[in-house]
Amino acid sequence: MQQPQDISQRIGTAAMAYRLRWKRRRLLARALRKRRQLSEVRNRTDQIKPDAILCFATVRNERVRLPWFLDHHRKLGVDHFLFVDNASDDGTAEYLLQQPDTSLWRTPHSYRLSRFGVDWLTWLQIRYGHGHWCLTLDADEVFIYPFHDTRPLRALTEWLDMKEITSFGALMLDMYPKGPLDAHPYEAGTDPFEILSWFDGGNHMIQKQKKLENLWIQGGPRARVFFAENPRRAPTMGKVPLVKWDRRYAYVSSTHSLLPRHLNHVYDDQGGEKTSGILLHTKFLHMIAEKSAEEKLRGEHFANSSLYADYYDSLTRNPDLWCECSTRLISWRQLEAMGLMSRGTWL
Amino acid sequence: MSVGIVMLVHTALGRAEQVARHWSAAGCPLVIHADVSVPRQTYNAFVKALSDLPNVQFSKRHRCEWGTWGLVAASQAASQLMLDSFPDVRHVYLASGSCLPLRPVEELIDYLENRPHTDFIESATTADVPWTIGGLDSERFTLRFPFSWRKHRYLFDKYVSIQRALGMKRRIPGGIVPHMGSQWWCLTRQTLSAILSDPERATFDRYFSKVWIPDESYFQTLARQYSRQIESRSLTLSKFDYQGKPHIFYDDHLQLLRRSDCFVARKIWPHANRLYDAFLTDAAHAMKKTEPNPGKIDRIFAKAVERRTRGRPGLYMQSRFPVETRENGLTSAQYSVFQGFSALFENFESWLARATGTRVHGHLFAPERAEFCDGQTVMNGALSDSAALRDYNPRAFLASLIWNTRGERQCFQFGPRDNQAVNWDIAKDPNAQISVISGAWAVPLFKSNQNFSDIRREAARLQQIESKHLEILRSSWTKARVRIWTMAEFIEAPMEPLQTIIDEIGPQQNMRGLAEVPKMADLTGFGQFLQNLKNQGMHPYLMGNFPVARDPMEPPGNKRKPYLVR
Repeated sequence: MQQPQDISQRIGTAAMAYRLRWKRRRLLARALRKRRQLSEVRNRTDQIKPDAILCFATVRNERVRLPWFLDHHRKLGVDHFLFVDNASDDGTAEYLLQQPDTSLWRTPHSYRLSRFGVDWLTWLQIRYGHGHWCLTLDADEVFIYPFHDTRPLRALTEWLDMKEITSFGALMLDMYPKGPLDAHPYEAGTDPFEILSWFDGGNHMIQKQKKLENLWIQGGPRARVFFAENPRRAPTMGKVPLVKWDRRYAYVSSTHSLLPRHLNHVYDDQGGEKTSGILLHTKFLHMIAEKSAEEKLRGEHFANSSLYADYYDSLTRNPDLWCECSTRLISWRQLEAMGLMSRGTWL
Repeated sequence: MSVGIVMLVHTALGRAEQVARHWSAAGCPLVIHADVSVPRQTYNAFVKALSDLPNVQFSKRHRCEWGTWGLVAASQAASQLMLDSFPDVRHVYLASGSCLPLRPVEELIDYLENRPHTDFIESATTADVPWTIGGLDSERFTLRFPFSWRKHRYLFDKYVSIQRALGMKRRIPGGIVPHMGSQWWCLTRQTLSAILSDPERATFDRYFSKVWIPDESYFQTLARQYSRQIESRSLTLSKFDYQGKPHIFYDDHLQLLRRSDCFVARKIWPHANRLYDAFLTDAAHAMKKTEPNPGKIDRIFAKAVERRTRGRPGLYMQSRFPVETRENGLTSAQYSVFQGFSALFENFESWLARATGTRVHGHLFAPERAEFCDGQTVMNGALSDSAALRDYNPRAFLASLIWNTRGERQCFQFGPRDNQAVNWDIAKDPNAQISVISGAWAVPLFKSNQNFSDIRREAARLQQIESKHLEILRSSWTKARVRIWTMAEFIEAPMEPLQTIIDEIGPQQNMRGLAEVPKMADLTGFGQFLQNLKNQGMHPYLMGNFPVARDPMEPPGNKRKPYLVR
């Protein structure tokens, strides 16, 4: 009785695998085409050693965030940074040029049409990421993982190598201040979490995506404050930022999911816990109001940006994301105990 | 009389050199075996770097792939060289390049000096051990394994199943009983030389070279043949995770390793500078004549395996999202769901909170908003009371609430007016305690000031919803503790069920009994109300039988009395 169903299921799976394979090829071809939009500003990739850990990011006007971003990830053990500067006018490019371990490309083209910068980064990853552990981040994301204060990133990647694991998942955790967002001016290079020291500790909602088999995680303060009436539109908080790259891989939407889809299996579905990390999100520094007004006009951040006009308007009004039940950030051990990330068997 | 160290190295030769110097400085002769895969240049440099040490030798190089014979061959060759070149050596200690001595080497020497005839080798029969990675235990010794498990997994698996299908079995050479255990041992000259010069060694070698993971069974089996005294434990602290991969020690394990009192630990991360600095230079470390005590580490690592394989029940996160039936419970702690109680009793929620000391919410799944206790708009973990957010993923809402409030029992009201999407989830959750007074939803309608036709329509709707819910609660899939009373049944003797429910919630109330009773709504005329519904063509049945003529609970002619405390 079960066999016919079994066979049709298998055919379905095979057909999906086939479609996704073509999808991946299309994404790679796209990245190949978009490489012409990139112009090389400073290429120091000859510094990259065979076992180097790389960090890729597309940035636009992130001069204020970059010093801490670079400092933190350098301390973790990123060996080389590869940036795409999308038409910054605040000195971001000049600042990056001064960094000894950084290569820089520039493009004036559309961020949205480049799938939010992913096409550009995919090209750089094809070219430079093959065989390396690659951390793909935004400038407002600070990557942490269990024991990050005592064990360098290389300890983690070597352990993942030993376990034959090729991708590592993280939850994006929106960090916010107490009080209106612009009440605490942030000074470049200082610890952003002195200001953004609060987060939502337990309101995430997870669904498994059938097609790519990734987890669609939503929640956090933005869902609570801005999307309480329309949760479907709430931002996606699950990411797979750390991948042992192969030139045939491609991120599908931002770094939320990848192809081939086995890379999305960063979670255990048999009840256990895999090791995972967190991206502390520094979006809500004081610049956010100004930036939101600009982003609303540019309409470059969502596929259908008009639907998010209210969201930008609310951000422009300097809301207070803090509530009675917000949690104050203490340490990674706290985050791990709360179940926002897990050490798995990496003890 | 001394201890000789046989050291197998394959990577991080710098660290291996450092450790070799440490052993050598304490007077332990070494024989080092380097894997064939170490490039010639690197190897030569390594040999040269150690050439100033008088008591270091290098043995013939073999290819040491995990789980293959090469590791045994390397150990044999190096041990033979050790026995031949250093006649003073009484104990031979097998170590690897990523082993780190945790206690001063003199302590190890003294320890072994006091036990001159003891072999320290973990050795147990296959029937007695739970470590069977890959589902092979006794078959390790009865099948052939010519294919690499790491490189040719497909062939490995296929060849195993073919042999199983054909019933092929190898004969175990006469006289030996296969034993298994940690590959890191410390044997006496007597035992080791007996194994190496056994007249039947060729037979044993031929046999074990086709056994799976022979480095965990060759010496472990043969030592049983010759040893005068076996201590079945390894002097090397070495832990494996549930996939058989070794746990690695990092800088932050310093205190843990110190407290273990073990002589040697592996595997140490080559870049763990703090560990190497602490243990290799810290000679002034007080002499402690204590037995190795890996118990604490064992517990911590066992917990980690549990965390990896079973996880934290009731937690849903980016790296734990169990498929249905693998959750080990939808939620992390016990909670109580009350249906109909707050309709029947006027002050039920505050009464329950007082009687049990738990957190009592209103209707968490009410259509307007999640009615958290004390009218709060957010709960622990910044869980919002927005109905839209809750209904977007009601299961996540419930799991988050219970997870966020770990340590404090949650109670909430439920009813047919509420979102019914979680009914199955709650019913299947063994942590749920569900108490239902069926038909009690009619009481608010009875008290309301609506047009009777509206009441009739609403009553029909609620009755239909509740009867579907009851079907779920009575299904064979239900794992929650469910109690259902009809309203008529319940009000006949309400104290008994209430007492039972409360006893189940918290043992602390057992002693005193209920000091206070909740106040029941005045039901005068309720029977007539139900009759009116019937007269309108609706059939209210979930509440049980209420006589029309007189009020329930009232003996004819008497005024209603409050319940008394027994």
